[in-house]
Amino acid sequence: MSTALAEKYLRVERLPHIWCRGCGHGIVLGALVRAMDEVGLDLDRTVVVSGIGCASRAAGYLNCDGLHTTHGRALAFATGVKLARPELRVIVIAGDGDLAAIGGNHFIHAARRNLDLTCICFNNQVYGMTSGQHSPTSPRLSLAPTAPYGHLEREFDLCELARAVGAGYVARAAAYNPRAMTRLLVRALDLRGFSFVEVLSQCPTYFGRRNRLGGAVDMLKWQKEHTVDVARAREMDPAELEGKVVTGELHRAEYPEYTAAYAELVSRVKGETGR
Amino acid sequence: MPVKPGARLMQGNEACAEGALAAGLSFFAGYPITPSTEIAEYLAEHLPARGGVYIQMEDEIASMAAVVGASLAGAKAMTATSGPGFSLKQENLGFAAITEAPCVVVNVQRQGPSTGLPTSPSHGDLMQARWGTHGDHPVVVLVPWSVRECFDLTLHAFNVAERLRIPVVILTDEVIAHMREKVVLPEAGSLVVEDRARPDRAAGPALPYDDRQGDVPPMTVFGDGHRAHVTGLIHDRRGYPAGPGPATEALLKRLQGKVDSRPELVIAEEEETADAEVLVVAIGCVARSAARAIRLARAEGIAAGLLRPVTLWPFPGERVRAIAGRVRGIVVPEMNLGQMVLEVERVAGGRAPVHLYPRVDGNLITPEEVLGSIREVARG
Amino acid sequence: MSRREIRLSGEGGQGIILGGIILAEAAAVHGGLNAVQTQSYGPESRGGASRCEVVLSREAIDYPKVIRPDVVLVMNREAADRYAGDVSPGGTVIVDSTFVEEVPDTVGRVCRVPITRLAREHFGREIVANIIALGIVAGLTDLVRRDALERAVADRVPPATRDLNLKALDVGYRAAAEIPGPATP
Repeated sequence: MSTALAEKYLRVERLPHIWCRGCGHGIVLGALVRAMDEVGLDLDRTVVVSGIGCASRAAGYLNCDGLHTTHGRALAFATGVKLARPELRVIVIAGDGDLAAIGGNHFIHAARRNLDLTCICFNNQVYGMTSGQHSPTSPRLSLAPTAPYGHLEREFDLCELARAVGAGYVARAAAYNPRAMTRLLVRALDLRGFSFVEVLSQCPTYFGRRNRLGGAVDMLKWQKEHTVDVARAREMDPAELEGKVVTGELHRAEYPEYTAAYAELVSRVKGETGR
Repeated sequence: MPVKPGARLMQGNEACAEGALAAGLSFFAGYPITPSTEIAEYLAEHLPARGGVYIQMEDEIASMAAVVGASLAGAKAMTATSGPGFSLKQENLGFAAITEAPCVVVNVQRQGPSTGLPTSPSHGDLMQARWGTHGDHPVVVLVPWSVRECFDLTLHAFNVAERLRIPVVILTDEVIAHMREKVVLPEAGSLVVEDRARPDRAAGPALPYDDRQGDVPPMTVFGDGHRAHVTGLIHDRRGYPAGPGPATEALLKRLQGKVDSRPELVIAEEEETADAEVLVVAIGCVARSAARAIRLARAEGIAAGLLRPVTLWPFPGERVRAIAGRVRGIVVPEMNLGQMVLEVERVAGGRAPVHLYPRVDGNLITPEEVLGSIREVARG
Repeated sequence: MSRREIRLSGEGGQGIILGGIILAEAAAVHGGLNAVQTQSYGPESRGGASRCEVVLSREAIDYPKVIRPDVVLVMNREAADRYAGDVSPGGTVIVDSTFVEEVPDTVGRVCRVPITRLAREHFGREIVANIIALGIVAGLTDLVRRDALERAVADRVPPATRDLNLKALDVGYRAAAEIPGPATP
């Protein structure tokens, strides 16, 4: 990131950030800054809302209104912010545990309402801040301090969930390819409705070390080798796609946006009351 | 305007909703739960016509979160719930306290614990209202005893919340909430409505927690150009996370001090306490039974008086202590197994014996029961 | 008027609570009295015991519930068994004899009227039995003036059923007039 961008979009006095060396979250934050710049967001009219976890600290580094809330609840707080002041742009940053476990219900319903929020999940498949416990996106049989004999649950496909419940925009990116990530984030920010971008991030400190995946570079290489762009994936058969992660713009649909629908309701009711 | 003149028959829950509208409520998020649901239903019907936002969230936790989010974005925000839902609100009530987000929470008490008796009254949440969320935090808790007071105290709750940037809890119960009573509401123009102070925007960006401006810093509302950072972590005046040390202590003491340093927040009503030999301390619907009981006692020649805390927290301790010095005993009838009595005992400090009359069968304590306790104390 | 207490009882779906609300509103809004209406009910929307209490007074009303009712309406057998005996000396128990055959011993006057049957016969629908019962309560007592009650009924029922309910109220008043004995309490 250029110094100019950093100085404009980040609270530079708060740097260095708290993320570990090799963590993917800085890459995601960088892509978000570039996307915000490309879209031309007015920082005085933007609120970044987050929950609890490594990812959620990103809200504290962005130089706009920031709301660092309770664990899992970012989308619920963001719903209040957006409905109280629909003219504001509201971006929600969440980790995988934050969004998919403790905040799972809020995620489902925020997407279902198609409220105009952009929600970005920094998915590193682990609870980093509490030192590496398994999360709903941890792969089956992966190791964690709370799964010393292998994690038995299947991993959660958050993009599929968001699509199923009615999000207006769903995309997946990976930290190894920040340029593609920026492009997807720009489209997410441009959408009026609930846009969701899942970003594969890497946690070499806990997930990588515990599962013998090597360092950050090895984990980024793994991402490159195991991700398939959605356009190419459409031409592949299921056997070829086994063990692969599909990235790119996965879903886009036109649904009524909630604040617009609510404004319409208000004018309808006021019209009736005035009669 | 919402407030129409003239007498009408109104339910306690409706009066809470009307009081909120009179205060300028602009955001309500809720979740259905007996016996509070009428508040949500009333506001779902009436808020949109005033341009306000009503939303039913996916759960109680989310509705409290949305209320705080809306407050931080400038709304006058409220939620309403009952016992089990109040337990779920606690998480983000604490967030409201530490981030100094003004908001109002109505808890219509029902018999607990847990699901309990959903349609029966109780006063089981008195301590939860004060200490329900973890950590030290300021809170003001108001207890109405009539439909009219549901209106007045909800309006007052918003004024206190906005003035001090704190969450304010209104504790009603199934009796007061569902009771319909004749009320004459005040004219809208006659009401005092307070709004939070906001920094002068012409002066440029302000710090979100600028304690140099006083113990209630002007509120840097989202979207006002302050680029405020708000966190549930202990923070400095810039809103940035802070570590252990004197700044942490200063923050927590400032927050608590917002209530502790303002004795004018305490409200209590007294009936016939001047010459009382027996004092009854009771709140909400139980105070109505107690009011009848002291009249019955006086008809029998027992000089009984009633002190009714309107602010349960902060508790009217000085008044109770003063009266305790000149009565034979204090009766505390409660629809729980003994909560407010602990505070009465503490403030009475041994000046008078304190007698608890507890009832937890899901029914309102009767005047006859309170009278029985008064007689026992009078006989010594 | 000093404190008067009325208890209306029956089962969910009989319109007991609406009846109490209308009575309280007639007295409070159109009759110049203080009024408090409370209720107790179960988790069911239909069926289950339903009880509604109204306290009326010129003075401020402290305790909002009934202590010893001056008027008791019982609309089913269970309500009769539970509440008829509570009535105050000189009070009135109004019994829907459509459902209640036996009334427990009571110190009050017992007035038997086939309220639900009247609803069926006059209107072909049981749903207005509560309004007929209100007419009987008001006709047998001096709790509220008729014009006050009519206004409250008109205000509280769905507009499309206003005429029907006012006719039902009239049926109640006429049934009350046919009951021999002095007006009480």
